[in-house]
Amino acid sequence: MAGAAGPGIGPGAAGGDGDDSLYPIAVLIDELRNEDVQLRLNSIKKLSTIALALGVERTRTELLPFLTDTIYDEDEVLLALAEQLGNFTGLVGGPDFAHCLLPPLESLATVEETVVRDKAVESLRQISQEHTPVALEAHFVPLVKRLASGDWFTSRTSACGLFSVCYPRASNALKAEIRQCFRSLCTDDTPMVRRAAASKLGEFAKVLELDSVKSEIVPLFTNLASDEQDSVRLLAVEACVSIAQLLSQDDLEALVMPTLRQAAEDKSWRVRYMVADKFSELQKAVGPKITLSDLIPAFQNLLKDCEAEVRAAAAHKVKELCENLPIEGRETIIMNQILPYIKELVSDTNQHVKSALASVIMGLSTILGKENTIEHLLPLFLAQLKDECPEVRLNIISNLDCVNEVIGIRQLSQSLLPAIVELAEDAKWRVRLAIIEYMPLLAGQLGVEFFDEKLNSLCMAWLVDHVYAIREAATSNLMKLVQKFGTEWAQNTIVPKVLVMANDPNYLHRMTTLFCINALSEACGQEITTKQMLPIVLKMAGDQVANVRFNVAKSLQKIGPILDTEALQEEVKPVLQKLGQDEDMDVKYFAQEAISGIAARARKLDFPVKDSDEPSVPGADKNHFWRPRGPREDTGKGPAYQLHVNTRDTLARLEMAELVLFFPKQRLIPLD
Amino acid sequence: METKLPPASTPTSPSSPGLSPVPPPDKVDGFSRRSLRRARPRRSHSSSQFRYQSNQQELTPLPLLKDVPASELHDLLSRKLAQCGVMFDFLDCVADLKGKEVKRAALNELVECVGSTRGVLIEPVYPDIIRMISVNIFRTLPPSENPEFDPEEDEPNLEPSWPHLQLVYEFFLRFLESPDFQPSVAKRYVDQKFVLMLLELFDSEDPREREYLKTILHRVYGKFLGLRAYIRKQCSHIFLRFIYELEHFNGVAELLEILGSIINGFALPLKTEHKQFLVRVLIPLHSVKSLSVFHAQLAYCVVQFLEKDATLTEHVIRGLLKYWPKTCTQKEVMFLGEMEEILDVIEPSQFVKIQEPLFKQVARCVSSPHFQVAERALYFWNNEYILSLIEDNCHTVLPAVFGTLYQVSKEHWNQTIVSLIYNVLKTFMEMNGKLFDELTASYKLEKQQEQQKARERQELWQGLEELRLRRLQGTQGAKEAPLQRLTPQVAASGGQS
Repeated sequence: MAGAAGPGIGPGAAGGDGDDSLYPIAVLIDELRNEDVQLRLNSIKKLSTIALALGVERTRTELLPFLTDTIYDEDEVLLALAEQLGNFTGLVGGPDFAHCLLPPLESLATVEETVVRDKAVESLRQISQEHTPVALEAHFVPLVKRLASGDWFTSRTSACGLFSVCYPRASNALKAEIRQCFRSLCTDDTPMVRRAAASKLGEFAKVLELDSVKSEIVPLFTNLASDEQDSVRLLAVEACVSIAQLLSQDDLEALVMPTLRQAAEDKSWRVRYMVADKFSELQKAVGPKITLSDLIPAFQNLLKDCEAEVRAAAAHKVKELCENLPIEGRETIIMNQILPYIKELVSDTNQHVKSALASVIMGLSTILGKENTIEHLLPLFLAQLKDECPEVRLNIISNLDCVNEVIGIRQLSQSLLPAIVELAEDAKWRVRLAIIEYMPLLAGQLGVEFFDEKLNSLCMAWLVDHVYAIREAATSNLMKLVQKFGTEWAQNTIVPKVLVMANDPNYLHRMTTLFCINALSEACGQEITTKQMLPIVLKMAGDQVANVRFNVAKSLQKIGPILDTEALQEEVKPVLQKLGQDEDMDVKYFAQEAISGIAARARKLDFPVKDSDEPSVPGADKNHFWRPRGPREDTGKGPAYQLHVNTRDTLARLEMAELVLFFPKQRLIPLD
Repeated sequence: METKLPPASTPTSPSSPGLSPVPPPDKVDGFSRRSLRRARPRRSHSSSQFRYQSNQQELTPLPLLKDVPASELHDLLSRKLAQCGVMFDFLDCVADLKGKEVKRAALNELVECVGSTRGVLIEPVYPDIIRMISVNIFRTLPPSENPEFDPEEDEPNLEPSWPHLQLVYEFFLRFLESPDFQPSVAKRYVDQKFVLMLLELFDSEDPREREYLKTILHRVYGKFLGLRAYIRKQCSHIFLRFIYELEHFNGVAELLEILGSIINGFALPLKTEHKQFLVRVLIPLHSVKSLSVFHAQLAYCVVQFLEKDATLTEHVIRGLLKYWPKTCTQKEVMFLGEMEEILDVIEPSQFVKIQEPLFKQVARCVSSPHFQVAERALYFWNNEYILSLIEDNCHTVLPAVFGTLYQVSKEHWNQTIVSLIYNVLKTFMEMNGKLFDELTASYKLEKQQEQQKARERQELWQGLEELRLRRLQGTQGAKEAPLQRLTPQVAASGGQS
């Protein structure tokens, strides 16, 4: 669709007359105004097809006028139209005719719905680049001026986004006019327009000549930054970043800083929040000198702001701020001017503030070095590790690697352990999930001894968690641990414990054994898999719960590639064949899947087959097994098909489906 | 941590009847509310009002106003007003209890005095009064504790400083309502900036505060003629921002309530400005997600407009049809309710202009799988006036709805809906038996035609797609000579490939 309008089409190449007899415009137009919105929408989305069928000439003379005249449709249709027109230049005959697209887009840029307007502006910006300089002056700039003086705020709002694209290519006389237009929008009566102008101020400043920036943009900026509405003032803060980059230090001090200082102390927390949020950008834009003289004191105020939102935003920026300070004297500044405030935030009353701080505070250790970290930061880390809010503790733990590089994790391990244990047993499963994900990292940093002693039992406990997502994460955690600590460790510590669970009375735990085997077999290698895991899996094929049995089939398929041919032939095949005759439909299905999977692999290895043979299903299937339904042909109706999905994301849902599925014939429903 | 309200300090002076702020609305549906069930740890309240005043002076009680001779009254009054301009931290409920009590007593006395004593409001006290009020009420509202605050479900954050704030609002109200109040003097202080800040407070989450603001803004609008246009303009800015930028403003219902009474008083013929407000602000307001919170007030405003000027009906109905909810059945029911209110006051001459699109929409609602939507739409036929309009225009209305009704009567899952549709079809039959028979007869034919049309459409698009591909290939062939415009060859080569 849209590809048709891509750059592949040379100007005029798609010309020529369309097949009039076949597609009179009336028919197409009928489609474009069908009563059914969905059909109209479909037609609009194929607008490029229509245009191509009509040819460039008739697109210009018939289609575009029609589109321009009938813009009173559902917003959804208009949005699609606005989007299409942005790629239409090729379809109207190339850059020479790009201006033909302006009338419909102009109307679209004035509609009420913001999404449509924004899309129209985006398309106009795109098309502006395709205009020749002459066409830009003759058609595009007048359009911007018309929009900028529109009656209703919508057109004036849209105009704000178009100045910066036409200004650089306009003649000097026109440039003055464009600036004048923009000035008037910045002082518009409607706050919506002032907000739009303020949000484009930075962008516009960048394309202006430096003199104009100083003489025109700066006053506008000062004005907007002291607007009566805080929603306008806060946008000026954003513009400040762009403007500051353009000015010299002296000009900056004289023209911008008074306003910025004022914004950092604005009476509205939204404005102060914005300053905090943009702090790193501001810091880079104003340079080190002003940072030291002005921004640091402002930052201190933001860190002790009366609004928690502002404090949290500032806390987020602590690390970046410190990183970006000039290296010379950095340590002193941080120690004397920042750290005291951080210390207070550690015991803030608001948990969002503390957690924002916890997410960055560890990063300071690399900046401050070993001694300072131990003396000043460590107490803070330890305090946060004991925080009542789990998010704070989690944020600390998730950033341990930064500290590890500087002082080694041992310093923390005494406090770390209780924190980890507590998180590992948190009542919220998402918290438990989060801590599991850091286990491999922690294990790597704490070393195998510490791990075996303190953390191993936690990892095993997660395997029998009552939330599936936790058990699943615990399984993949084990795999990562084995990758870290090696197979010998696995054989001694993990595998026996996992295999014991195969005799658990709870079928969910028995299935966990299978899932663990799926995950571990590859990391553990052939020997452990064949000698220790396989017997257990095979034994479980006689389980009384169907879910376990078909998971056996799945596991066998999974570990098949690791086993040698002998084991496959002698041990796996008979079991799968038996499962293939199971009374349960799904067990049968998965057994058969496993057999064909293993068979296909075996054939590939043993005797090369011709390409053409490969995709066909092995004949054995059809002969030996009754197929309840063609799983691949049947489009997702049967339960087996639904169960066939085994991506990570769907597993949790899958388990529920399995439960529901087997509920009626379950002889023994173990409860968690 | 629950809301930290300081210990019982209900104002001793009763609010005047009818103005007492309503308590937060209690639902009596017997269901526990989600917010009560959900044990959400509350963050401590914050209010931007209280930035620390480090050099807080100690307040000492002044003599009572009634105890001083008339000559000293005004001096004492302005000292009391100054005392009431001192702000306290209500987040810390034990901080400076004595000061808070002094201010509370002073405020109570001021409320009493301005409401009952004549001759107090002389020109020199106006600036002091307005300053005291401004210092107390104007503040940047704190960030919402709950970013997904749902006014229907969640408990609002109550303003911690309410024990003082309420008295200030009460005082402000009595000041405006005092027989001695002179708008000509006050307008120097109650200016556009003041009104703008007042309007911003309508975003307060505390319903008690919004209730006071509503009454106050109403009085301001009534007494300050010079501010009226400005108030209307700023209201519409708030609404437009609410519709197109934020979707969050707590005081929409209150502002609409005031506007309802303002619209009621519009002179005829309506100014263009007012009509534009209806079409470009009030109608788009229907598209907002949280419509249910202010729908009653909005529908009232719309109907007020139509009662003033019936020629606006077409605009309004077409507007509503444009914003008709696509996925939210709850809103759809509200739209249907509003539509019926509009139809109740519609003039027959206006009805004919919109009957067809309107009844096509009604038919779509009847076919909604949500039975409440279908039911609400079918209730239109219980309305005598609507029924008479349908009857007068049955040659247009019936064909617009017949096909859908007929089909839904056979397919809807809900028996109540099916029987309601049968009733409607029966009224049609009684209304115009001949037309009914014709429609029944043509129903099948139309179905077939529809299928035919769908086939044709598919063919059309297929043909177009093929043509496009041919053209693209042709283009690629002709790419070397891109400026050939008069190109039978291009067309021909397109045809060949």
